[in-house]
Amino acid sequence: MSIWEYANPVKFMRVSGAMLPWVVASAVLCTAGGIAWGVLTPEDYKQGATVKIVFLHVPAAMMAINIWVMMLAASLIWLIRRHHVSALAAKAAAPVGAVMTLIALVTGAIWGQPMWGTWWEWDPRLTSFLILFLFYAGYIALWSAIEDPDSAADLTGVLCLVGSVFALLSRYAVLFWNQGLHQGASLSVAPGERMSAVYRYPLYLSMLGFFLLFLALLLIRTRTEIRRRRLAALQAREMRA
Amino acid sequence: MLSLLKRDLSLATRAGGGFGLAVAFFLILCALVPFGVGPATTALRPIAPGILWVGALLACLLSLDRIFALDHEDGSLDLLATAPIPLEGVVAVKALAHWITTGLPLVAAAPLFGVLLHLPGSAMPWLVASLLIGTPALSMLGAFGAAITVGLRRGGLLLSLLVLPLYIPTLIFGTEIIRRGAERGDPATPILFLAGITAGVVALVPFAAAAALRVNLR
Amino acid sequence: MMELGKYAGTVLSAYGVSALLLVALVWQSVAANARARRALERQERHG
Repeated sequence: MSIWEYANPVKFMRVSGAMLPWVVASAVLCTAGGIAWGVLTPEDYKQGATVKIVFLHVPAAMMAINIWVMMLAASLIWLIRRHHVSALAAKAAAPVGAVMTLIALVTGAIWGQPMWGTWWEWDPRLTSFLILFLFYAGYIALWSAIEDPDSAADLTGVLCLVGSVFALLSRYAVLFWNQGLHQGASLSVAPGERMSAVYRYPLYLSMLGFFLLFLALLLIRTRTEIRRRRLAALQAREMRA
Repeated sequence: MLSLLKRDLSLATRAGGGFGLAVAFFLILCALVPFGVGPATTALRPIAPGILWVGALLACLLSLDRIFALDHEDGSLDLLATAPIPLEGVVAVKALAHWITTGLPLVAAAPLFGVLLHLPGSAMPWLVASLLIGTPALSMLGAFGAAITVGLRRGGLLLSLLVLPLYIPTLIFGTEIIRRGAERGDPATPILFLAGITAGVVALVPFAAAAALRVNLR
Repeated sequence: MMELGKYAGTVLSAYGVSALLLVALVWQSVAANARARRALERQERHG
């Protein structure tokens, strides 16, 4: 049995329908657990209670990037193997990714206000996320602008490929342009930079929760798209008859 | 391909072709900025490189939808797609024509507008050099955006949303060249980066643009 | 209730905005899914 069997919409609907309750339950459990655990952690000696924002900020930022990578993979699968579910999954993921980027930006701005004394700083990381948000916006806008579903899938797929290259390019161009205030990677394994275990484990749980949340939303939204496509196909058949 | 270039150039320079509109837009933009920020040299000089580059971006954007839209309407794009030259070549030639009619005039006019914005004389050569290196990438990326939106009725606004984020790396390195040139720093690094981006874009983006055109001509 | 100190507003607003965004996204996804399912069922009954 190969993984490509799930590219069959009927099979996908059956499997995803069976999976969905479990994914939703574990997503709620992990997200709520991670955040509740995180909120109960002691205050950081430097950042005070604001450190509790990390349990939203870092998972959202991680998902913002990973969802784009997932869209890139799905677009490639669509362009190469023409599996409709893949194209619809990329379409379904984009709004989730945009919201994740927005959460990362907003929580970052709220956090930055007391820590850096400003809501917004043209720091490389912040700027890159703003650019990522623009790419999400363009991708979503292109999907909604084209009527023919297969053309839309093709064109957004090409845009996703080109956009990925330029998002990466912008990431490094921005680094060249301005050195920032933002701290380095939160999950750095270098000794001395590593986050204390008190914060690390709830963060891992919260990241798992955000991932499962994305998975649940992705399944729901992909199912919506498949139903819409089937509805459109039925209506087209009725029109012809 | 040469005849296609000649045809596009003559179409663009003929009356109603919109030739020179980009430069006029560029001039208006540079004339409006001092009204916004005040006429002081100290206010204008530091932002002049950025204004000139952003102005060039927007002026370039203005004529992008014409790259394919007119040919799509009258059906000559379908003819070009079935012509013996590859569609990638058609895209590259059309981007080149766009660059000659929009990019080059902008490069030529930029020093004049630099004077309006009190750009120091030492930065002028760098302004021209950075625009000369960077604008081909703008035309090529614009051709990609135009290829994606060619079949859409109201593609213009969407086109700018798709294309402008792609312009960010070019903008960053372009302004950095002028800033370093004006401060007598070493502009070699951003020049190399900008040239690298332009070379990569000119080499690879025609394939993506041609793929998008094929989808739209199906 | 736990103590958030002088950063209470900061932390609460960060959580509030995030919760708002996530709830809006989930609500929109679920509502659109339900709408699509109903429309499809109606179509299949008739057709």
